Amino acid sequence: MQRALTLQQTTIGKKVIMALSGLIIVGFTIGHFLGNLNLYLGPEAMDGYAEKLQSLPPLVWGTRLVLLFALGAHISSALSLWARNRQARGSRYQKRKDLATDYAARTMYWSGPILLLFIIYHLLHFTILPAHPGEVYRNVVEGFQDPLIASVYIVGNVALGFHIFHGIYSAFQTLGANHPRYNSYRRDAAIAISAAITIGNLSFPIAVLAGIVTL
Amino acid sequence: MSEELLNLTLHVWRQDGPNASGRFETYQAKEITTHMSFLEMLDVVNEELIENGKLPIAFDHDCREGICGTCGMVINGVAHGPQKLTTTCQLHMRQFNNGDEIWLEPWRASGFPVLKDLVVDRTALDRIIQAGGYISIRTGSAPEANEMPIAKAIADHAMDAAECIGCGACVAACPNASASLFTAAKISHLSLLPQGQAERQDRARQMVAQMDAEGFGGCTNHGECEEACPKGVSLRWIARMNRELVRSMVKADTPIESRKR
Ligand code: HEM
Ligand code: SF4
Ligand code: FES
Repeated sequence: MQRALTLQQTTIGKKVIMALSGLIIVGFTIGHFLGNLNLYLGPEAMDGYAEKLQSLPPLVWGTRLVLLFALGAHISSALSLWARNRQARGSRYQKRKDLATDYAARTMYWSGPILLLFIIYHLLHFTILPAHPGEVYRNVVEGFQDPLIASVYIVGNVALGFHIFHGIYSAFQTLGANHPRYNSYRRDAAIAISAAITIGNLSFPIAVLAGIVTL
Repeated sequence: MSEELLNLTLHVWRQDGPNASGRFETYQAKEITTHMSFLEMLDVVNEELIENGKLPIAFDHDCREGICGTCGMVINGVAHGPQKLTTTCQLHMRQFNNGDEIWLEPWRASGFPVLKDLVVDRTALDRIIQAGGYISIRTGSAPEANEMPIAKAIADHAMDAAECIGCGACVAACPNASASLFTAAKISHLSLLPQGQAERQDRARQMVAQMDAEGFGGCTNHGECEEACPKGVSLRWIARMNRELVRSMVKADTPIESRKR
């Protein structure tokens, strides 16, 4: 007997999983950015916010679990589709001209892995091996005062911006939302959300480097 | 537009058979008038090859009026060449300039094995249709035209999807050699009309399963297919196919078996 086909075995199902898991992570990224705005309110606000989160283990661990699951699903579907899509071309074109693909779409398989490396570095830097445990404000400011560390965050967040710009736009299409009446808003929404998160996140290392946020 | 004579250099993919390895060969196309179609230009080149005792360049064609979907080749990296909404057979030489170099390649996709030179085997698309791109009706004499009223807006909408001529340019242009635009156009056109409702539940699952089994890639929403399509088939049908698939998977009462090529 042949196995019954399930949604996640189809190319479309895998893409739906990528879209849903990607959107979950985008949702987290928005919340994460808003929380980090406490940096501008000073050490008490930042450390107090961190302490409050840590006093709610179910929230922290629930979020971590969901994110880990989403990231795993996202990356495994990406790898599986990547392998398949390479095989599907067979022999390469001598000449090939892209007519519609923009920079963000063309570089998804670069921005994604860069993000993965950045996420690992970021977790090691602030969560797993912090320089001063419990002193979040100090860790961030001291960290970003080092131009090398600040530039890692800048590169990581530029990759994030490109990735979620195509990601958000693409997720609408993957999940079946396409109608001439609102299609122009799909792009606008993708630009607005990705620009807000990226510019906001970039402002932290830049503010520290510029001496606006200090110890 | 005044007539002009063009001298062109062609780099053409020559491949003796499905298992042979291919190579580019260079030919001169001399004194081509701008009124010729692209395929007529190739006819002229082939005449000369035959006169010199060489094998002509094999390419597919039938109607030569842009409706049958038989022709197609990648011209300077673009499926069906530089003119939008135009099949290779309807492309005219006035789109080119004297002295141009033109690279000609077949549709390249694992799902479309090369048979010879620029001719590929597109029966994979037929198998996708066989998997679910049909309706079950009593055949015989033509039914009374107004027997089943369909709103004009719906009929127009279905017609937009039904414009697909099955040429395969979408597969050729897609960075992943995905057949999503073709499959989506067929699923959508049938699922919009009352005649297509009986099999609707299984159609998307069957056709998508076959599309995957043929070795085509997945969609990454780049939009190259829509740009290359000579009939202007829209990406919106891919969004609709995705909805149809999820819907039929969620509601499924009969399991669909995974398919083999
Ligand atoms: C961490 C490693 C990551 C890898 C390796 C990765 C890889 C990818 C790849 C290869 C695609 C498909 C691109 C395409 O189809 O053209 C994709 C899509 C997407 N990614 Fe990621 N990604 C990662 C992280 C993230 C993060 C952190 C977010 C959100 C903040 C995200 C959000 C999305 C979204 C929303 C999509 C669109 C899905 C769709 O096209 O429907 N990804 N990702
Ligand atoms: S969707 Fe367009 S490009 Fe694809 S097979 Fe149909 S007519 Fe050709
Ligand atoms: S030969 Fe029929 S569409 Fe070109």
